[in-house]
Amino acid sequence: MENQGIASVRVCLPYHLRSLARVGNEVTVEVVRPVSMGSVLDAVEKRFPMLRGTIRDYGTGKRRPFLRFFACEEDLSHEAMDAELPAAVAEGREPLLVVGAIAGG
Amino acid sequence: MSGVRVLVGTHKGAFVLSADGKRDKWEVSGPHFPGWELYHLKGSPVDPNRIYASQTSGWFGQVLQRSDDGGKTWFQPGVNPDEKPPAFPPTSASNKFAYDTTEQTGKPLTTHQWYDGTQHPWEFKRVWHIEPSPTDANTVYAGVEDAALFRSTDGGESWHELAGLRGHETGPKWQPGAGGMCLHTILIDPKNPDRIYIAISAAGAFRTDDGGKTWKPINKGLVSNFIPDPTAEVGHCVHHIAMHPSRPEVLFMQKHWDVMRSDDAGDSWHEVSGNLPTDFGFCIDVHAHEPETLYVVPIKSDSLHYPIDGALKVFRSRSGGNEWEALTRGLPQKDCYVNVLRDAMAVDSLDKCGIYFGTTGGQVYMSPDCGDTWQAIAENLPAVLSVEVQTLYEQGIGNRD
Repeated sequence: MENQGIASVRVCLPYHLRSLARVGNEVTVEVVRPVSMGSVLDAVEKRFPMLRGTIRDYGTGKRRPFLRFFACEEDLSHEAMDAELPAAVAEGREPLLVVGAIAGG
Repeated sequence: MSGVRVLVGTHKGAFVLSADGKRDKWEVSGPHFPGWELYHLKGSPVDPNRIYASQTSGWFGQVLQRSDDGGKTWFQPGVNPDEKPPAFPPTSASNKFAYDTTEQTGKPLTTHQWYDGTQHPWEFKRVWHIEPSPTDANTVYAGVEDAALFRSTDGGESWHELAGLRGHETGPKWQPGAGGMCLHTILIDPKNPDRIYIAISAAGAFRTDDGGKTWKPINKGLVSNFIPDPTAEVGHCVHHIAMHPSRPEVLFMQKHWDVMRSDDAGDSWHEVSGNLPTDFGFCIDVHAHEPETLYVVPIKSDSLHYPIDGALKVFRSRSGGNEWEALTRGLPQKDCYVNVLRDAMAVDSLDKCGIYFGTTGGQVYMSPDCGDTWQAIAENLPAVLSVEVQTLYEQGIGNRD
Protein backbone atom coordinates (compact mmCIF):
# COMPACT_ATOMS: atom_id res chain seq x y z
CA MET A 1 0.00 0.00 0.00
CA GLU A 2 1.32 3.44 -0.94
CA ASN A 3 2.57 5.52 1.94
CA GLN A 4 0.08 8.38 2.08
CA GLY A 5 2.58 10.63 3.85
CA ILE A 6 5.36 10.29 1.30
CA ALA A 7 5.23 11.58 -2.25
CA SER A 8 7.43 10.39 -5.10
CA VAL A 9 8.27 13.52 -7.04
CA ARG A 10 9.86 13.50 -10.48
CA VAL A 11 12.45 16.21 -11.14
CA CYS A 12 14.05 17.02 -14.48
CA LEU A 13 17.46 18.60 -14.15
CA PRO A 14 19.37 20.63 -16.74
CA TYR A 15 22.29 19.04 -18.55
CA HIS A 16 25.06 20.47 -16.40
CA LEU A 17 23.45 19.44 -13.14
CA ARG A 18 22.81 15.96 -14.49
CA SER A 19 26.51 15.79 -15.29
CA LEU A 20 27.47 16.87 -11.78
CA ALA A 21 25.15 14.33 -10.17
CA ARG A 22 25.89 11.70 -12.84
CA VAL A 23 22.23 10.93 -13.41
CA GLY A 24 19.88 10.77 -16.37
CA ASN A 25 17.28 13.24 -17.53
CA GLU A 26 14.91 12.65 -14.65
CA VAL A 27 15.27 11.70 -11.00
CA THR A 28 12.64 10.72 -8.47
CA VAL A 29 12.87 11.82 -4.86
CA GLU A 30 10.78 10.92 -1.85
CA VAL A 31 9.20 13.94 -0.19
CA VAL A 32 7.10 14.19 2.94
CA ARG A 33 3.72 15.75 2.19
CA PRO A 34 2.73 18.51 1.78
CA VAL A 35 5.01 18.86 -1.23
CA SER A 36 6.57 22.27 -1.71
CA MET A 37 9.38 23.60 -3.87
CA GLY A 38 11.56 23.80 -0.79
CA SER A 39 10.90 20.25 0.34
CA VAL A 40 11.56 18.88 -3.16
CA LEU A 41 14.84 20.77 -3.43
CA ASP A 42 15.80 19.64 0.06
CA ALA A 43 15.22 16.06 -1.07
CA VAL A 44 17.20 16.57 -4.28
CA GLU A 45 20.12 18.03 -2.35
CA LYS A 46 19.94 15.27 0.24
CA ARG A 47 20.15 12.58 -2.39
CA PHE A 48 22.63 14.47 -4.55
CA PRO A 49 24.69 16.61 -2.19
CA MET A 50 27.02 17.59 -5.02
CA LEU A 51 24.17 19.83 -6.22
CA ARG A 52 24.07 21.91 -3.06
CA GLY A 53 24.65 25.53 -3.93
CA THR A 54 24.02 25.02 -7.64
CA ILE A 55 20.22 25.44 -7.62
CA ARG A 56 19.82 27.61 -4.54
CA ASP A 57 22.32 30.13 -3.30
CA TYR A 58 24.21 28.83 -0.27
CA GLY A 59 23.89 32.05 1.63
CA THR A 60 20.29 33.06 0.99
CA GLY A 61 18.63 29.77 0.10
CA LYS A 62 17.04 31.54 -2.86
CA ARG A 63 16.78 30.25 -6.41
CA ARG A 64 19.87 31.13 -8.42
CA PRO A 65 18.92 34.02 -10.70
CA PHE A 66 19.39 32.23 -14.05
CA LEU A 67 17.42 29.13 -13.11
CA ARG A 68 13.66 28.72 -13.49
CA PHE A 69 11.17 26.21 -12.08
CA PHE A 70 8.39 25.03 -14.38
CA ALA A 71 5.63 22.46 -13.86
CA CYS A 72 2.26 21.75 -15.47
CA GLU A 73 2.97 24.45 -18.06
CA GLU A 74 3.30 27.05 -15.34
CA ASP A 75 6.27 29.16 -14.29
CA LEU A 76 6.63 28.53 -10.56
CA SER A 77 9.93 30.37 -10.25
CA HIS A 78 8.54 33.11 -8.08
CA GLU A 79 6.43 30.94 -5.80
CA ALA A 80 7.44 30.89 -2.15
CA MET A 81 9.66 27.97 -1.21
CA ASP A 82 7.00 26.68 1.19
CA ALA A 83 4.08 27.01 -1.24
CA GLU A 84 2.54 23.68 -2.22
CA LEU A 85 3.32 22.41 -5.70
CA PRO A 86 0.49 21.35 -8.06
CA ALA A 87 -1.14 18.04 -7.21
CA ALA A 88 0.04 16.53 -10.48
CA VAL A 89 3.64 17.05 -9.35
CA ALA A 90 2.98 15.71 -5.86
CA GLU A 91 1.30 12.66 -7.36
CA GLY A 92 4.13 12.02 -9.78
CA ARG A 93 2.03 12.56 -12.90
CA GLU A 94 4.04 15.63 -13.98
CA PRO A 95 7.71 16.40 -13.34
CA LEU A 96 9.14 19.53 -11.81
CA LEU A 97 11.42 21.07 -14.40
CA VAL A 98 14.58 22.89 -13.29
CA VAL A 99 15.56 24.92 -16.34
CA GLY A 100 18.57 27.05 -17.12
CA ALA A 101 17.39 30.41 -18.44
CA ILE A 102 18.42 30.91 -22.03
CA ALA A 103 20.44 34.02 -22.69
CA GLY A 104 21.91 35.42 -25.86
CA GLY A 105 20.70 34.92 -29.38
CA MET B 1 62.04 9.64 -17.08
CA SER B 2 60.63 13.12 -16.74
CA GLY B 3 57.45 14.49 -18.18
CA VAL B 4 55.25 17.53 -18.32
CA ARG B 5 51.56 17.96 -17.59
CA VAL B 6 49.90 21.18 -18.71
CA LEU B 7 46.61 22.10 -17.02
CA VAL B 8 44.51 24.33 -19.23
CA GLY B 9 41.38 26.08 -18.02
CA THR B 10 39.07 27.40 -20.72
CA HIS B 11 35.70 29.03 -21.14
CA LYS B 12 34.19 25.66 -21.98
CA GLY B 13 36.01 23.07 -19.93
CA ALA B 14 39.42 21.88 -18.79
CA PHE B 15 42.08 20.12 -20.80
CA VAL B 16 45.17 18.24 -19.70
CA LEU B 17 48.10 18.19 -22.15
CA SER B 18 50.82 15.65 -21.49
CA ALA B 19 54.24 14.91 -22.93
CA ASP B 20 57.44 13.23 -21.91
CA GLY B 21 60.58 15.20 -21.17
CA LYS B 22 61.31 15.74 -24.84
CA ARG B 23 58.09 17.76 -25.14
CA ASP B 24 57.70 16.97 -28.81
CA LYS B 25 54.60 14.76 -28.77
CA TRP B 26 51.52 15.88 -26.88
CA GLU B 27 48.42 14.07 -25.83
CA VAL B 28 45.31 16.08 -25.08
CA SER B 29 42.65 14.83 -22.68
CA GLY B 30 39.37 16.59 -22.16
CA PRO B 31 37.23 18.48 -22.15
CA HIS B 32 36.73 17.85 -18.48
CA PHE B 33 33.58 19.54 -17.17
CA PRO B 34 32.50 20.44 -20.71
CA GLY B 35 30.53 23.63 -21.03
CA TRP B 36 31.67 25.05 -17.69
CA GLU B 37 34.13 27.87 -17.20
CA LEU B 38 37.33 26.53 -15.71
CA TYR B 39 39.00 29.59 -14.29
CA HIS B 40 42.00 27.78 -12.87
CA LEU B 41 43.51 24.39 -12.19
CA LYS B 42 46.64 23.80 -10.19
CA GLY B 43 48.48 20.79 -8.84
CA SER B 44 49.95 20.32 -5.40
CA PRO B 45 53.73 20.68 -5.22
CA VAL B 46 53.63 17.97 -2.55
CA ASP B 47 51.52 15.33 -4.28
CA PRO B 48 51.92 15.06 -8.07
CA ASN B 49 48.48 13.60 -8.59
CA ARG B 50 46.51 16.04 -6.44
CA ILE B 51 44.99 18.72 -8.66
CA TYR B 52 42.38 21.30 -7.71
CA ALA B 53 40.08 22.94 -10.24
CA SER B 54 37.70 25.89 -10.09
CA GLN B 55 34.58 25.14 -12.13
CA THR B 56 32.09 27.97 -12.46
CA SER B 57 28.92 28.92 -14.26
CA GLY B 58 26.71 31.95 -14.44
CA TRP B 59 23.75 29.60 -14.07
CA PHE B 60 24.91 27.14 -11.45
CA GLY B 61 27.52 29.03 -9.46
CA GLN B 62 30.77 27.68 -8.08
CA VAL B 63 31.91 24.07 -7.98
CA LEU B 64 35.26 22.90 -6.67
CA GLN B 65 36.74 19.78 -8.23
CA ARG B 66 39.67 17.65 -7.18
CA SER B 67 41.62 14.89 -8.82
CA ASP B 68 43.82 12.48 -6.91
CA ASP B 69 45.08 10.66 -9.98
CA GLY B 70 46.70 13.37 -12.04
CA GLY B 71 43.56 14.57 -13.79
CA LYS B 72 42.20 11.24 -15.00
CA THR B 73 39.16 11.31 -12.71
CA TRP B 74 37.59 14.12 -10.71
CA PHE B 75 35.20 14.57 -7.82
CA GLN B 76 33.81 17.28 -5.60
CA PRO B 77 35.67 16.89 -2.31
CA GLY B 78 33.50 15.17 0.24
CA VAL B 79 30.63 14.33 -2.09
CA ASN B 80 31.96 11.60 -4.30
CA PRO B 81 29.14 10.56 -6.66
CA ASP B 82 30.58 7.07 -6.84
CA GLU B 83 29.48 6.60 -3.25
CA LYS B 84 25.90 5.33 -3.28
CA PRO B 85 24.11 6.48 -1.30
CA PRO B 86 26.16 9.55 -0.44
CA ALA B 87 26.56 10.46 3.18
CA PHE B 88 23.99 12.89 4.51
CA PRO B 89 24.25 15.40 5.83
CA PRO B 90 27.39 15.82 3.74
CA THR B 91 30.55 16.10 5.70
CA SER B 92 31.67 18.90 3.46
CA ALA B 93 30.63 21.94 1.49
CA SER B 94 33.38 22.15 -1.06
CA ASN B 95 31.66 24.89 -3.04
CA LYS B 96 30.58 27.02 -0.09
CA PHE B 97 32.60 30.21 0.11
CA ALA B 98 30.95 32.19 2.88
CA TYR B 99 32.50 35.44 4.00
CA ASP B 100 33.51 35.32 7.63
CA THR B 101 31.34 37.64 9.71
CA THR B 102 31.98 36.09 13.09
CA GLU B 103 33.00 38.32 15.96
CA GLN B 104 36.01 36.19 16.77
CA THR B 105 37.77 36.02 13.44
CA GLY B 106 35.68 37.82 10.88
CA LYS B 107 34.68 41.31 9.99
CA PRO B 108 31.24 42.71 9.39
CA LEU B 109 30.31 42.46 5.75
CA THR B 110 30.71 46.10 4.89
CA THR B 111 30.83 47.41 1.38
CA HIS B 112 33.35 48.15 -1.31
CA GLN B 113 33.33 50.77 -4.00
CA TRP B 114 31.21 50.06 -7.06
CA TYR B 115 31.95 51.17 -10.63
CA ASP B 116 29.93 54.36 -10.17
CA GLY B 117 31.66 55.30 -6.93
CA THR B 118 28.82 54.22 -4.66
CA GLN B 119 29.24 51.57 -2.02
CA HIS B 120 28.24 48.00 -2.86
CA PRO B 121 27.88 44.90 -0.68
CA TRP B 122 30.36 42.07 -0.94
CA GLU B 123 28.94 39.19 -3.02
CA PHE B 124 30.69 35.92 -3.76
CA LYS B 125 30.79 35.13 -7.48
CA ARG B 126 33.56 32.66 -8.30
CA VAL B 127 37.03 31.34 -7.57
CA TRP B 128 39.62 32.90 -9.84
CA HIS B 129 42.80 31.30 -8.58
CA ILE B 130 43.72 28.21 -6.58
CA GLU B 131 47.08 27.99 -4.85
CA PRO B 132 47.98 24.70 -3.21
CA SER B 133 50.30 24.84 -0.22
CA PRO B 134 53.96 24.13 -0.93
CA THR B 135 54.13 21.87 2.13
CA ASP B 136 50.75 20.14 2.60
CA ALA B 137 48.59 18.60 -0.13
CA ASN B 138 45.41 19.14 1.89
CA THR B 139 46.01 22.84 2.40
CA VAL B 140 45.00 25.07 -0.45
CA TYR B 141 44.14 28.74 -0.92
CA ALA B 142 41.45 30.23 -3.14
CA GLY B 143 41.29 33.78 -4.43
CA VAL B 144 37.72 34.77 -5.14
CA GLU B 145 35.49 37.48 -6.59
CA ASP B 146 34.36 39.66 -4.77
CA ALA B 147 37.90 39.91 -3.53
CA ALA B 148 38.71 37.69 -0.59
CA LEU B 149 41.12 34.90 0.29
CA PHE B 150 39.92 31.51 1.51
CA ARG B 151 41.86 28.54 2.85
CA SER B 152 41.02 24.87 3.10
CA THR B 153 42.99 22.49 5.28
CA ASP B 154 40.98 19.39 4.41
CA GLY B 155 41.65 18.95 0.73
CA GLY B 156 38.99 21.38 -0.40
CA GLU B 157 36.09 19.89 1.59
CA SER B 158 35.50 23.14 3.47
CA TRP B 159 36.72 26.70 3.14
CA HIS B 160 37.33 29.47 5.64
CA GLU B 161 38.01 33.07 4.84
CA LEU B 162 41.18 34.78 5.97
CA ALA B 163 39.05 37.74 6.86
CA GLY B 164 41.81 40.09 7.86
CA LEU B 165 42.39 40.88 4.20
CA ARG B 166 38.85 41.92 3.28
CA GLY B 167 38.57 43.62 6.64
CA HIS B 168 41.57 45.83 5.96
CA GLU B 169 40.72 49.47 6.59
CA THR B 170 41.08 50.23 2.89
CA GLY B 171 38.40 47.66 1.95
CA PRO B 172 35.66 50.23 1.34
CA LYS B 173 37.96 51.87 -1.25
CA TRP B 174 38.51 48.71 -3.29
CA GLN B 175 36.71 48.66 -6.59
CA PRO B 176 36.24 46.16 -9.40
CA GLY B 177 38.23 46.21 -12.61
CA ALA B 178 36.51 45.54 -15.91
CA GLY B 179 36.52 41.82 -15.17
CA GLY B 180 35.13 42.14 -11.66
CA MET B 181 36.72 42.64 -8.27
CA CYS B 182 38.80 39.50 -8.29
CA LEU B 183 41.61 38.23 -6.14
CA HIS B 184 43.62 36.62 -8.93
CA THR B 185 47.17 36.18 -7.69
CA ILE B 186 48.40 34.22 -4.67
CA LEU B 187 52.12 33.73 -4.09
CA ILE B 188 53.35 31.84 -1.05
CA ASP B 189 56.92 32.46 0.06
CA PRO B 190 58.51 29.01 -0.14
CA LYS B 191 60.99 29.94 2.58
CA ASN B 192 58.38 31.40 4.92
CA PRO B 193 54.81 30.09 4.48
CA ASP B 194 53.50 32.82 6.79
CA ARG B 195 54.38 35.34 4.10
CA ILE B 196 51.81 35.45 1.32
CA TYR B 197 51.38 37.98 -1.47
CA ILE B 198 48.05 38.51 -3.16
CA ALA B 199 46.78 40.89 -5.83
CA ILE B 200 43.32 42.25 -6.51
CA SER B 201 41.90 44.06 -9.51
CA ALA B 202 41.53 46.90 -8.89
CA ALA B 203 42.74 47.32 -5.35
CA GLY B 204 46.40 46.39 -5.78
CA ALA B 205 48.87 44.11 -4.05
CA PHE B 206 48.89 43.09 -0.39
CA ARG B 207 51.22 41.07 1.81
CA THR B 208 50.79 39.18 5.05
CA ASP B 209 53.69 38.16 7.26
CA ASP B 210 51.62 36.34 9.85
CA GLY B 211 49.87 33.65 7.86
CA GLY B 212 46.95 35.80 6.79
CA LYS B 213 45.85 37.45 10.02
CA THR B 214 46.92 40.95 9.06
CA TRP B 215 47.68 42.47 5.69
CA LYS B 216 49.58 45.43 4.35
CA PRO B 217 49.01 47.17 1.02
CA ILE B 218 52.25 47.03 -0.98
CA ASN B 219 51.67 49.48 -3.79
CA LYS B 220 54.30 52.16 -3.15
CA GLY B 221 55.87 53.15 -6.44
CA LEU B 222 52.90 52.17 -8.58
CA VAL B 223 51.56 55.00 -10.72
CA SER B 224 48.11 54.61 -12.26
CA ASN B 225 47.00 57.62 -14.21
CA PHE B 226 43.43 56.40 -14.59
CA ILE B 227 42.60 56.84 -10.88
CA PRO B 228 42.07 60.17 -9.12
CA ASP B 229 45.28 59.90 -7.09
CA PRO B 230 47.79 58.10 -9.34
CA THR B 231 49.94 57.07 -6.37
CA ALA B 232 47.14 56.10 -4.00
CA GLU B 233 47.69 53.45 -1.35
CA VAL B 234 45.07 51.23 -3.03
CA GLY B 235 43.11 51.30 -6.27
CA HIS B 236 45.76 50.04 -8.69
CA CYS B 237 44.80 47.51 -11.31
CA VAL B 238 47.49 44.90 -10.78
CA HIS B 239 47.15 42.22 -13.43
CA HIS B 240 49.61 39.61 -12.22
CA ILE B 241 52.70 39.10 -10.06
CA ALA B 242 55.44 36.51 -10.41
CA MET B 243 58.39 35.47 -8.30
CA HIS B 244 61.27 33.03 -8.52
CA PRO B 245 61.20 30.59 -5.59
CA SER B 246 64.89 31.13 -4.87
CA ARG B 247 64.34 34.85 -4.30
CA PRO B 248 60.87 35.31 -2.85
CA GLU B 249 61.54 38.90 -1.89
CA VAL B 250 61.98 39.86 -5.56
CA LEU B 251 58.66 40.37 -7.32
CA PHE B 252 57.75 41.18 -10.89
CA MET B 253 54.40 42.73 -11.75
CA GLN B 254 52.41 43.26 -14.90
CA LYS B 255 50.20 46.16 -13.97
CA HIS B 256 47.37 47.35 -16.19
CA TRP B 257 49.96 49.56 -17.78
CA ASP B 258 53.62 49.20 -16.69
CA VAL B 259 55.86 46.28 -15.88
CA MET B 260 57.18 46.74 -12.34
CA ARG B 261 59.81 45.22 -10.07
CA SER B 262 60.26 45.09 -6.31
CA ASP B 263 63.43 44.00 -4.54
CA ASP B 264 62.05 44.39 -1.04
CA ALA B 265 59.04 42.08 -0.84
CA GLY B 266 56.76 44.67 -2.34
CA ASP B 267 57.58 47.52 0.02
CA SER B 268 58.56 49.57 -3.01
CA TRP B 269 58.29 49.15 -6.76
CA HIS B 270 60.06 50.63 -9.75
CA GLU B 271 59.20 50.42 -13.40
CA VAL B 272 61.12 48.05 -15.68
CA SER B 273 59.05 48.42 -18.85
CA GLY B 274 62.16 49.71 -20.64
CA ASN B 275 61.99 49.21 -24.40
CA LEU B 276 58.74 47.24 -24.52
CA PRO B 277 56.64 48.42 -27.47
CA THR B 278 53.66 48.67 -25.11
CA ASP B 279 53.67 47.96 -21.41
CA PHE B 280 50.02 46.98 -21.22
CA GLY B 281 49.46 43.27 -20.73
CA PHE B 282 48.17 40.62 -18.40
CA CYS B 283 50.63 37.78 -17.82
CA ILE B 284 54.19 37.72 -16.51
CA ASP B 285 56.44 34.86 -15.47
CA VAL B 286 60.01 34.03 -14.50
CA HIS B 287 62.38 31.45 -15.98
CA ALA B 288 62.64 28.36 -13.78
CA HIS B 289 66.42 28.52 -13.45
CA GLU B 290 67.30 32.14 -14.19
CA PRO B 291 65.71 34.50 -11.64
CA GLU B 292 66.51 37.55 -13.77
CA THR B 293 64.88 36.20 -16.93
CA LEU B 294 61.29 37.38 -17.37
CA TYR B 295 58.54 36.89 -19.91
CA VAL B 296 55.60 39.11 -20.80
CA VAL B 297 53.18 39.31 -23.73
CA PRO B 298 52.63 43.00 -24.57
CA ILE B 299 49.10 43.85 -25.62
CA LYS B 300 48.40 46.96 -27.67
CA SER B 301 46.19 48.79 -25.17
CA ASP B 302 43.44 48.46 -22.62
CA SER B 303 40.99 49.49 -25.30
CA LEU B 304 42.06 46.91 -27.87
CA HIS B 305 43.25 43.82 -25.98
CA TYR B 306 45.20 42.31 -28.87
CA PRO B 307 48.83 42.34 -29.99
CA ILE B 308 50.34 45.22 -31.94
CA ASP B 309 49.96 44.89 -35.72
CA GLY B 310 48.37 41.47 -35.41
CA ALA B 311 51.75 39.91 -34.53
CA LEU B 312 51.93 37.74 -31.42
CA LYS B 313 55.21 38.34 -29.61
CA VAL B 314 56.54 37.22 -26.28
CA PHE B 315 59.12 39.57 -24.84
CA ARG B 316 62.00 38.28 -22.74
CA SER B 317 64.29 40.19 -20.47
CA ARG B 318 67.47 38.52 -19.26
CA SER B 319 68.33 41.46 -17.04
CA GLY B 320 65.41 41.53 -14.67
CA GLY B 321 63.58 44.06 -16.81
CA ASN B 322 64.22 47.24 -18.80
CA GLU B 323 65.98 45.48 -21.69
CA TRP B 324 63.58 43.31 -23.63
CA GLU B 325 63.84 41.23 -26.79
CA ALA B 326 60.97 40.04 -28.97
CA LEU B 327 60.51 36.28 -29.36
CA THR B 328 58.57 35.45 -32.51
CA ARG B 329 59.83 32.22 -34.06
CA GLY B 330 56.86 29.90 -34.41
CA LEU B 331 54.29 32.48 -33.33
CA PRO B 332 51.80 34.02 -35.79
CA GLN B 333 53.13 37.30 -37.10
CA LYS B 334 50.13 38.49 -39.03
CA ASP B 335 46.37 38.56 -38.59
CA CYS B 336 46.59 37.50 -34.96
CA TYR B 337 44.19 39.30 -32.63
CA VAL B 338 44.11 37.14 -29.52
CA ASN B 339 44.75 38.05 -25.92
CA VAL B 340 46.77 36.22 -23.28
CA LEU B 341 45.10 36.45 -19.88
CA ARG B 342 46.76 36.94 -16.50
CA ASP B 343 46.92 33.32 -15.38
CA ALA B 344 47.59 31.90 -18.83
CA MET B 345 51.42 31.70 -18.75
CA ALA B 346 53.55 29.17 -16.92
CA VAL B 347 56.97 27.53 -17.06
CA ASP B 348 58.26 24.02 -16.51
CA SER B 349 61.43 23.26 -14.59
CA LEU B 350 63.15 20.83 -16.91
CA ASP B 351 66.81 21.56 -17.57
CA LYS B 352 65.92 23.52 -20.67
CA CYS B 353 63.13 25.61 -19.25
CA GLY B 354 59.87 25.34 -21.17
CA ILE B 355 57.57 28.37 -21.45
CA TYR B 356 53.83 27.97 -22.04
CA PHE B 357 50.95 30.30 -22.68
CA GLY B 358 47.36 30.05 -23.85
CA THR B 359 45.33 32.52 -25.86
CA THR B 360 41.76 33.64 -26.07
CA GLY B 361 41.81 32.11 -29.55
CA GLY B 362 42.23 28.65 -28.05
CA GLN B 363 45.88 28.05 -28.86
CA VAL B 364 48.40 26.80 -26.32
CA TYR B 365 51.97 27.62 -27.32
CA MET B 366 55.07 26.03 -25.87
CA SER B 367 58.73 26.87 -26.17
CA PRO B 368 61.13 24.05 -25.28
CA ASP B 369 64.13 26.38 -25.39
CA CYS B 370 63.40 29.24 -23.03
CA GLY B 371 61.45 31.19 -25.62
CA ASP B 372 63.75 31.01 -28.64
CA THR B 373 61.26 28.95 -30.65
CA TRP B 374 57.57 28.21 -30.20
CA GLN B 375 55.09 25.61 -31.31
CA ALA B 376 51.37 25.19 -30.80
CA ILE B 377 50.64 22.13 -28.67
CA ALA B 378 46.88 22.70 -28.94
CA GLU B 379 45.27 24.94 -31.52
CA ASN B 380 41.52 24.85 -31.37
CA LEU B 381 40.49 24.86 -27.75
CA PRO B 382 37.90 27.22 -26.31
CA ALA B 383 39.26 30.57 -25.10
CA VAL B 384 42.03 29.85 -22.62
CA LEU B 385 41.64 31.31 -19.14
CA SER B 386 44.59 29.72 -17.38
CA VAL B 387 47.66 27.57 -17.93
CA GLU B 388 49.65 25.78 -15.27
CA VAL B 389 52.49 23.33 -15.71
CA GLN B 390 53.55 20.38 -13.62
CA THR B 391 57.02 19.03 -14.19
CA LEU B 392 56.91 15.34 -13.44
CA TYR B 393 59.88 13.31 -12.41
CA GLU B 394 59.94 9.62 -11.83
CA GLN B 395 59.48 10.02 -8.11
CA GLY B 396 58.32 13.56 -7.61
CA ILE B 397 57.20 16.76 -9.07
CA GLY B 398 58.06 20.34 -9.56
CA ASN B 399 55.14 22.69 -9.83
CA ARG B 400 55.26 26.44 -9.99
CA ASP B 401 53.87 29.16 -12.11
